Amino acid sequence: MRQIIQDSNIDFMGRKRLAWIVSGVLITIAILAILIRGLNLGVDFTGGYTIQAAYEEAPDLNLVRSTLTEAGFEEAVVQNFGSSTEVLIRMAPQPGASSVQVSNEVEAALQPSSEKAITMQRVEFVGPQVGEELREKGGMAILLALVGIIIYIWFRFEKKFSVGSVAALVHDVILTVGVFALFQVEFDLTILAAILAVIGYSLNDTIVVFDRIRENFRKMRSGTPAQVMNTSINQTLSRTLITSLTTLLVLLSLFIFGGKIINGFALALIIGVIVGTYSSIFVASTAVLALGISKEDLMPVEKEGADLETIP
Amino acid sequence: MTNTNPLWKVLLLAGALIIGLIFALPNIFGSDPAVQVSSSDGVLSDGVKNRVKTALSQAGFTDLEFREENNRLLALFANEDDQLKGRDAIREVTDAGVTNVALNLVSASPAWLRSFAEPMYLGLDLRGGVHFLMDVDMDAAIASSEQRYVSDWKRVVRSEKIRGTNIQYRDDKIQARFRGAEDRDRMMQIFSNSAPELFFTPRDEGEFFFVDAALSESAEREERTAALQQNIITLRNRINELGVAEPVIQQQGLDRIVVQLPGVQDPAKARDILGATATLEYRLVYGSEPDWASAANGGPIPTDARLYKRRGSGAPVLLQREIIVTGDQIKGASAGIDQQSGGPAVFVNLDGVGARNMLEVTQENVGNPMAVVYIEKKKFTNLVDGVEVEETRDIEEVISVATINDVLSHRFQTTGLTATEAADISLLLRSGALKAPIQIVEERTVGPNLGKANIRQGFMAAIVGLAVVVVFMALYYRVFGLIAGAALIINVVLIIAVLSAPGLQATLTLPGIAGIVLTTGMAVDANVLIFERIREELKAGAAVQTAINAGYDKAFVTIADANITTLIAAVVLFSMGTGSIKGFAITLCIGILTSMFTAIFGSRVIVNALFGNRRLSTLPI
Repeated sequence: MRQIIQDSNIDFMGRKRLAWIVSGVLITIAILAILIRGLNLGVDFTGGYTIQAAYEEAPDLNLVRSTLTEAGFEEAVVQNFGSSTEVLIRMAPQPGASSVQVSNEVEAALQPSSEKAITMQRVEFVGPQVGEELREKGGMAILLALVGIIIYIWFRFEKKFSVGSVAALVHDVILTVGVFALFQVEFDLTILAAILAVIGYSLNDTIVVFDRIRENFRKMRSGTPAQVMNTSINQTLSRTLITSLTTLLVLLSLFIFGGKIINGFALALIIGVIVGTYSSIFVASTAVLALGISKEDLMPVEKEGADLETIP
Repeated sequence: MTNTNPLWKVLLLAGALIIGLIFALPNIFGSDPAVQVSSSDGVLSDGVKNRVKTALSQAGFTDLEFREENNRLLALFANEDDQLKGRDAIREVTDAGVTNVALNLVSASPAWLRSFAEPMYLGLDLRGGVHFLMDVDMDAAIASSEQRYVSDWKRVVRSEKIRGTNIQYRDDKIQARFRGAEDRDRMMQIFSNSAPELFFTPRDEGEFFFVDAALSESAEREERTAALQQNIITLRNRINELGVAEPVIQQQGLDRIVVQLPGVQDPAKARDILGATATLEYRLVYGSEPDWASAANGGPIPTDARLYKRRGSGAPVLLQREIIVTGDQIKGASAGIDQQSGGPAVFVNLDGVGARNMLEVTQENVGNPMAVVYIEKKKFTNLVDGVEVEETRDIEEVISVATINDVLSHRFQTTGLTATEAADISLLLRSGALKAPIQIVEERTVGPNLGKANIRQGFMAAIVGLAVVVVFMALYYRVFGLIAGAALIINVVLIIAVLSAPGLQATLTLPGIAGIVLTTGMAVDANVLIFERIREELKAGAAVQTAINAGYDKAFVTIADANITTLIAAVVLFSMGTGSIKGFAITLCIGILTSMFTAIFGSRVIVNALFGNRRLSTLPI
């Protein structure tokens, strides 16, 4: 039998304070990054253009920039995308011109700047109003998912677990978004989708731990709540690590082979899986403990009135 | 105890696997580029079919596979270059506007398979193509339909011989002014009898008596629906002319239209034509040269005239405010050469109402000049108090002024355009005018090369991810790991089968592939949970068969709970998401459901078959 960890007996709950300090510091950094640096929102949310053009030979980016400036697109941001022959141009919405005109003009401007022909690989235009709608919808989606999950956990487990799992989810979302703010990685719709997937994954992890905690509370005759929780986490630890590992493996494959467009998406999930694994142990469980979970909370509910029915 | 499989479980797993493999099979065969020929009236005649086949064999394609289905003829080509050549050859022998020639991708599976299974439908980010979200300017549609009453009423008032009236459209309503209250009330009665959809308000102001009219609330609602439907029809016609097979044109919300054109080779042309608002309008000329010059120099413009500029020279000309024929009364148009001048011309066909108006007006005006106005909507930016304000304005140019020599009705020709303009405008007129102006508020175009690269990379990531997980599981859980790996591979087959299932035909996008990759990583979780439980039971001293049974039993609730919450997130994502994000949500949902089946049920059947009926003291786990 191969094992990542031999029968572990780690005192997770005893390290509650340390875990909270670590999480507190990380969350503070993340929130500061979000507040101070802000998110590098993609055109999906800000409105504007993303144009990807493929050159046959690597072009001089400065030349591309000056060509675009001459054509009247002064604020265009030009960078390589994935390889030296692929160029990504980002611009704010151009008032007074339709997306059709702008992309045609950009194509016309770029064409003579290089001896070789270019191919327009991708044109994305999002109008300012649509960008605003997508922003609202995105925020709404995350809120809705959280609410749906709170209700489900409350119904399946118990209030304290529900609070604990949501604490962990909020923790994961803030940290993941924080990384995107800190390193100014572009935040677009696919990243938002990834964050919702992170919510799903992190919860998946949390529930497995919670399930065992509930089972052990009902089964173990002795032991303080902290001891019961420690035992439960230790019992599920190798599963937690292995699942995180397999998920990370496929995500790394996605990050390495999936192409530049999907990079940010894979990155968000990688961060989310790492943070989510940590939080299901150190945030969700410790929060449940801090809320004062007890054996009584988890005993199967006896049906009220079950006796009464037998009375004729 | 023993763990044996009831027969139905084995059959269910085998059945699911076989059906899954069959429905996933078309994806192995892939698709071939094809040219699709269909008729705009639905039935493709044998004559056209034969002409197409002859044209293709003359172009050097002697060995093509042809398919006939759903009243369309498909010619399959070996590659995209041939496909384009083939299309051009077909276009030369068919009538634009009558026969639609479009590029398509069709299943390359053998006929028996094709009859019930199709390959996955690829999203625009994988296949290449254009996605547009268009805003329909409803207020403009309402205004233009209200404006139409003005000229009708003027005619009525004239025939009733009421003097001193003035009817115009202003402040979003039709305003009719009369000298006397009696005239006003009588005409109001007549108007309201002929137009019950309007809402009338009489109003007295000084010496004048007014009646204001606007569409009633319900009529306005109907008008909005009609405008949107009309726009969708027009866009569909234009797309057919462009030669796009399987376009998606859908209403979104109250005033938006989504257009998706998969596999468009020339997105720029598609954008130009779809967004185009160019149309023609016919008006009588007002006054003569001196009047025009004085109006252009700030002189008074008569109330029933409007000032225009000639194309090219920019010379001023006054035209009657009343329109003889508008663009949406033109039902057919084709580009050609004017017999007299040899220049490009548009041959126009009018509908009944348009023809009647044209007949009436030209009968009364033989010898008088008539003008053709070319109208195109363009956006402008104005600086208002230092803030940029966007505004859509009609560019209206008079492209020709000619004396009416004959009475015109259904068919006539218009000159004054360049050859390209003539071709484009006849396409636009043929497909009908947009009832309400549209504006592209979102565009996502992916070139065919990038689409192919996305497929290649997504496929690579999926294969490598799957392989790494299977190898890891085999190393860690040995035979049980291999069983989990088998369950995982069956899972991927089932996901692809469900995605390809006819009737469901969900769209596979790049994030969708990412969803499949993510599910492969997460799906083994169920097996990990089960195997860890079995190990625990074994360690606690349980007998082998008891441990297997308990492992599966105890892990089940946990797996269900964990998956349902992920499902909640995925469903939210599906309902809120758009386009390619929806593709991610779909594969995630399908993946969660199929993985529950394969990882729990499927792996159990295999475990039982291999170990369930034997006396064992240890398990290879």
